Amino acid sequence: MTVMGKVVATEQPLLKVEGLTKRYGPRIGCADVSFDLWPGEVLGIVGESGSGKSTLLSCLAGHQRADLGRVSYDGRDVLAMSETERRRLSRTDWAYVHQNPRDGLRMGVSAGGNVGERLMAVGARHYGEIRGKALDWLGRVEIAADRVDDRPSAFSGGMQQRLQIARNLVTSPRLVCMDEPTGGLDVSVQARLLDLLRGLVRDLGLSVIIVTHDLAVVRLLAHRLMVMKSGRVVEQGLTDQVLDDPQHAYTQLLVSSVLQV
Amino acid sequence: MIRIENLSKSFTLHNQGGAVIPVMTGVALTVSAGECVGLTGQSGAGKSTLMRMVYGNYLTAGGRLVVGDTDVASAEPRQIIALRRHTLGYVSQFLRVVPRVPTLDVVAEPLLALGTPATEARGRAASLLKRLNIPDRLWALSPTTFSGGEQQRVNIARGFAHAYPALLLDEPTASLDAANREVVLTLIEEAKARGAAILGIFHDEGARARVCDRLVDVTGFTPKAAA
Repeated sequence: MTVMGKVVATEQPLLKVEGLTKRYGPRIGCADVSFDLWPGEVLGIVGESGSGKSTLLSCLAGHQRADLGRVSYDGRDVLAMSETERRRLSRTDWAYVHQNPRDGLRMGVSAGGNVGERLMAVGARHYGEIRGKALDWLGRVEIAADRVDDRPSAFSGGMQQRLQIARNLVTSPRLVCMDEPTGGLDVSVQARLLDLLRGLVRDLGLSVIIVTHDLAVVRLLAHRLMVMKSGRVVEQGLTDQVLDDPQHAYTQLLVSSVLQV
Repeated sequence: MIRIENLSKSFTLHNQGGAVIPVMTGVALTVSAGECVGLTGQSGAGKSTLMRMVYGNYLTAGGRLVVGDTDVASAEPRQIIALRRHTLGYVSQFLRVVPRVPTLDVVAEPLLALGTPATEARGRAASLLKRLNIPDRLWALSPTTFSGGEQQRVNIARGFAHAYPALLLDEPTASLDAANREVVLTLIEEAKARGAAILGIFHDEGARARVCDRLVDVTGFTPKAAA
């Protein structure tokens, strides 16, 4: 066990968030949010709509500017970063899977192009390799190879979402932010996606922040869970502990409101 | 290997007028390496609650609960995740898996999580499934469609895939036929022989007599004021 102690002492969290606050005028978007995310860890964020989950995620990804607090990624201060530096990170190290796939895809570019584009942004130039890798990822998210040249506008909502995930994961990012990624998907595709994500987390040491209101999804995917209400974190801990022995009144209500399947 | 001192547990029900229900107090027990301790007591006495506290699934209200070198009662989630990955296994009564994942991979997963090469992990999974009489034509299918007894055996195979130094077993022989019950009892004896500390709940008296070195009646930990 001393060996484990050493590992804990030398390893650094990938993402460190302290006192993050975002206001929309007098209203609170999210307030005083703090957490660490370690390599290979999946953090689930749950709460009803309007609880500040998506605001928090977009502040972390730099889509919105936080009013207060600190975010450090791999030792670097994200909020103080130049726009160019942040954009470079979001093309290489970070991935962001939007709730609405139209926000994360280029609708006028073919499916293969959507995936290939991100590879080219990190320096891939060999057409055959790019196409091969794009086809491999389309296969992993169960999009048939004969649809590679179709535009996402010709895809169903669920297919668009799977394409968005392929586009994001093809460059092997280290940090993936997902905003309700499984919301519009068929249950069977959702299951395939959960398995895919678990495998990537295990094999690549991927760190994931997943915002959802689906407690079944976080139970299977997230190591740790954060519960938000009115912009604040009311409870956080091990996922199964928070779900099976919730301490806060709101979490107890949330857990007891889920229909048993 | 497992050392519990003066542990207590209560539930606060915020949505039922903030009622505080003390469920356990003064829990003390130890499980040494190579030993199997059985928890006894009537249904509702707190056997499963205690097991869940040891696994870090339920929070504790006070006391110490040390597994290996980790005090589960005060550990960070991250330390408990590491403890569960390397040291502490749990065979619950329910199999909870991602749908559509093949049985072989479900069983191999604890080894894969430790970085064991996939072929080796699947090989170990296959030998356990074979021992537990799960026909190999089922290995490529998800266990979600299996019968209750088959799911339980998959759960047991998964729990025994990695040689955890400490194991929690919640009714591992319930609803098994004689042949499979025998396999599970042998697995438990093998785990003890390699030095695993086992804490278990066994309603099956024959199984209890055969594998348990000591019994602890959890009724002794019930708070006096309750009920």
